[in-house]
Amino acid sequence: MMTNTLTLSQIVYHFAPTLTLVVVGLLVLLLGMLFPRMYRETLAAVVLFGFGIAVFYAVQNWGESVVLFHGMIVVDKFANGFACLFVIAAGLTLLLSIDALESTSLLVSEFFMLIIFATVGMLLLAASAHLLTLFLGLEILSISLYILAGFRRNDKFSIEASFKYFLLGAFASSFLLYGIALIYGSVGSASLTAVAEAVKARHLLDTPLLTAGLAMMAVGFGFKIALAPFHTWAPDVYQGAPTPIAAFMATGSKAAAFAALLRLVLTTGMMTQAVWQQIFWVLAVLTMTVGNIVALRQDNIKRLLAYSSIAHAGYMLIGVIANNELGSSALLYYLLSYTFMNLGAFGVVAFLSKTENELVNLNDYRGLAFRRPFAAVAMAIFMFSLAGIPITAGFMSKFYVFSAAVQAGHLWLVILGVINSMISLYYYLGVVVVMFMQKSESAGEELALERLPAVGLALIIAVFGTLQLGLAPARWMEAFQDLARSVM
Amino acid sequence: MFDNLPILSLLIFLPLAGAVLVSLTPRQHPGLMRGFTLGVTLLVFVISLPLFFNFDSSRIAFQFEERREWIPAMRATYHLGVDGISLLMVLLTTFLTPLVILSSWNDIKTSIKGYLVSMLLLEAGMIGVFVALDLLLFYVFWEVMLIPMYFIIGVWGGPRRIYAAVKFFIYTMVGSLLMLVAILFIYFYYGKVTGTLTFDFVQIRELLFPENYQFWLFLAFGLSFAIKVPMFPFHTWLPDAHVEAPTAGSVILAGVLLKMGTYGFLRFCLPLFPNASLQFAPLLSVLAIIGIIYGAWVAMVQPDIKKLVAYSSVSHLGFVMLGIFTFTHQGLQGALIQMVNHGLSTGALFLIVGMLYERRHTREIADFGGLARPLPVFTTFFMIATLASIGLPGLNGFVGEFLVLLGTFLTNKTYAAFAATGVIFAAVYMLWMFQRVMFGRLDKEENRRLRDLTRREIAVLVPVTAMMVLIGVWAQPFLGKMETSVDALIRTVHARAAKVNDAPGLAPLDLGWRIASPPAVAGE
Repeated sequence: MMTNTLTLSQIVYHFAPTLTLVVVGLLVLLLGMLFPRMYRETLAAVVLFGFGIAVFYAVQNWGESVVLFHGMIVVDKFANGFACLFVIAAGLTLLLSIDALESTSLLVSEFFMLIIFATVGMLLLAASAHLLTLFLGLEILSISLYILAGFRRNDKFSIEASFKYFLLGAFASSFLLYGIALIYGSVGSASLTAVAEAVKARHLLDTPLLTAGLAMMAVGFGFKIALAPFHTWAPDVYQGAPTPIAAFMATGSKAAAFAALLRLVLTTGMMTQAVWQQIFWVLAVLTMTVGNIVALRQDNIKRLLAYSSIAHAGYMLIGVIANNELGSSALLYYLLSYTFMNLGAFGVVAFLSKTENELVNLNDYRGLAFRRPFAAVAMAIFMFSLAGIPITAGFMSKFYVFSAAVQAGHLWLVILGVINSMISLYYYLGVVVVMFMQKSESAGEELALERLPAVGLALIIAVFGTLQLGLAPARWMEAFQDLARSVM
Repeated sequence: MFDNLPILSLLIFLPLAGAVLVSLTPRQHPGLMRGFTLGVTLLVFVISLPLFFNFDSSRIAFQFEERREWIPAMRATYHLGVDGISLLMVLLTTFLTPLVILSSWNDIKTSIKGYLVSMLLLEAGMIGVFVALDLLLFYVFWEVMLIPMYFIIGVWGGPRRIYAAVKFFIYTMVGSLLMLVAILFIYFYYGKVTGTLTFDFVQIRELLFPENYQFWLFLAFGLSFAIKVPMFPFHTWLPDAHVEAPTAGSVILAGVLLKMGTYGFLRFCLPLFPNASLQFAPLLSVLAIIGIIYGAWVAMVQPDIKKLVAYSSVSHLGFVMLGIFTFTHQGLQGALIQMVNHGLSTGALFLIVGMLYERRHTREIADFGGLARPLPVFTTFFMIATLASIGLPGLNGFVGEFLVLLGTFLTNKTYAAFAATGVIFAAVYMLWMFQRVMFGRLDKEENRRLRDLTRREIAVLVPVTAMMVLIGVWAQPFLGKMETSVDALIRTVHARAAKVNDAPGLAPLDLGWRIASPPAVAGE
């Protein structure tokens, strides 16, 4: 790693993905103020262009590992890889929201800006080399999402979602902050490298102070990732939030929290302790089981996806528990796959929904295949992928995560994960059954809406991603192993 | 001349390409889509013929092998090949698929495009299962062909199709997910012992697993295969799926899909876990015999012809399982040829029942009687299929059942005695059904006006019937193809079962090992 003797231009260069997003965010805000009646397609084009630049820079300085701002931020493969992932999630979310915001088009620039700033928060989270940057990133992300969740201002569920998310999010943040304080007190520094060194040199993992600090942080992350038993906010919030935002929360923000958690776990080496392994083991099993079993009884598709998303957090946690190179890269693979398939699934909901009343009940999807074959086939692909059936990304990522855990000797965890997959099959198949095997009694007029090219594009990208990651995983796996190695 | 042509890949990718093309065809041209699909499946059949004629039956090794990188990061390969065990299964698949497409020409009226796409995907998946020599690749094919079958049952099936489709899907998935864990376990165990990670079956089968591992691994693999076969207590999905599926689905289910279970036992369980196979043989044999007798008894009382044929499958597959677990030359050969036979004769029976259903829209035996007079051609085909299913000498069923019973007799006379009753029961329920449907008084007015078989239907039934007669009178070319592989398989099972105690052992479920530091222990 290079030291702090970087010139300004070097700093700008390495920090470019984040900076680009900040600039684009401000630009969007400015444009919204100056031209209040600007077409949202134009704005979206500007934003997408900015996203493109951010990804370009992230790929440009891929190989280098640089510490910026006196050890507050580290730009390595891990950070850059996650930056790409977040931007993909944000880009897809943006495409989904273009049409969904018909009636609130005047607010569109703020909406886009908040998505961008949420993404900035994610980038900071993944790149943080210091617990304070980590907290800063998380707060930028969370505050943007609190507002976005309540963006459908005329809908009481949306307001409720926003409020609930805010209260519980603040609660989680305070846990996290408390944990950071305890770690600082125990180590004498909040820099992750310092924590890692102190842990190694002084065997701090056995001390109650650091353990308590890590436990507090784990609780905070547990809330953000929606691990059971800290998951109760997720279904209500996902249901109430505008569909694209729900998708964004379930994919991007979850990935960001996982990125930070993974960095914390890997630098402190806490998974080498049997106690921590057991705690996370229990958390993973609980999360998978609660998510899948409650999902069985949902007939609101957004709630169903919310519980499925909780369950998937449990599978992903298996990758953290495995605590090996395979596990970390499997988690990354899972997060990317999950971004495509879950954004896709929410995307279909957005595709079929009008601005005012969303089609969210399973009944609304009855016989969809006969009226909207494209949407139905796409949804079926996402459902099969979420269920983990081969040739989809979902299978490959589950397979990858499970193999990491088998390698680490957690055979029972894998068997419980597999049993959970079996349970989940039932409700994912339920969606397919409704779409393909039942005819709707009510006429399909509800669905006779205009074409939505942006959402369609997002769906095509998501389908492509889902199948690509499932069929030809080779290159991605290698890239992610490379990534995982850079933090380990 | 076909030496450098990747035949096996062609067999998988031609139907896939066909599926893509069909899905792009505008839906106003159902005829074009049907014709095209038929053409593709016929072409696949033609391409599969050189497999049979160029297959060197004196070689033990896999033939027509193809091997490419697939996921280098996990060392998973795209490895295909056939031997005497899979050869006939591949041909059975390519043989039945065009017939099935032809048989469902007018049968399917809604979403024809989706149906044809599903059929083509199904064919690709089925062939993939039989030729994959990489455990992960096998697993992918094994799972992925569930999806088209699920749609075929669930979209184009009978009144309780959704229940049947979901049951079919969940039953099969439940078994196979445990197989996935077992595959992962094998992968890492192999890596630990030899220092290289691989999913390649050809390499893995060189390794001998400790006895306690074999036990669990056999259970994990065996459960998914037993559900697919279906073995006695796991069979309940089968009657539902068969009865609700459209004719074409039933034919494919009976003809090919059920064989995947028995094929799995032959391909993976026996060579990889020889000790566990011997250990489980009594249990599986008894379950097989229960299946034979139970299937026959339940078939006997069915009022619905299709259900009767479905239960007869449980009985017939019991014979196959029994033959496999005799570990004798005769038993295994009988099991293999019986897999083909069952595909042909039960496939034919389902086709025939389907044709009857198309005419009368009922399958209740009580609704028929005396059909022989208005339907002479139909009767002929029905009779041949019935007799083949019973195992009349001169038709295919006899060869298989005889060999299986012979093999069983050599190892356990009690088993053989019980299994033989199954043959008698089969004769009872099949002939009784045939008699009630075809003979007797023609007392239903609707039955008088039934049309005999059309030319298309005859074209569907002639090839199947011809094959039944051919195998019945001249089984040697078919048995000859599998002889070497079967012998090799039996020899390995016996030889390696004796050796297994020398294999390096580990405490169960303890795999705290990293890729970086493989211990230097030799395989055998």
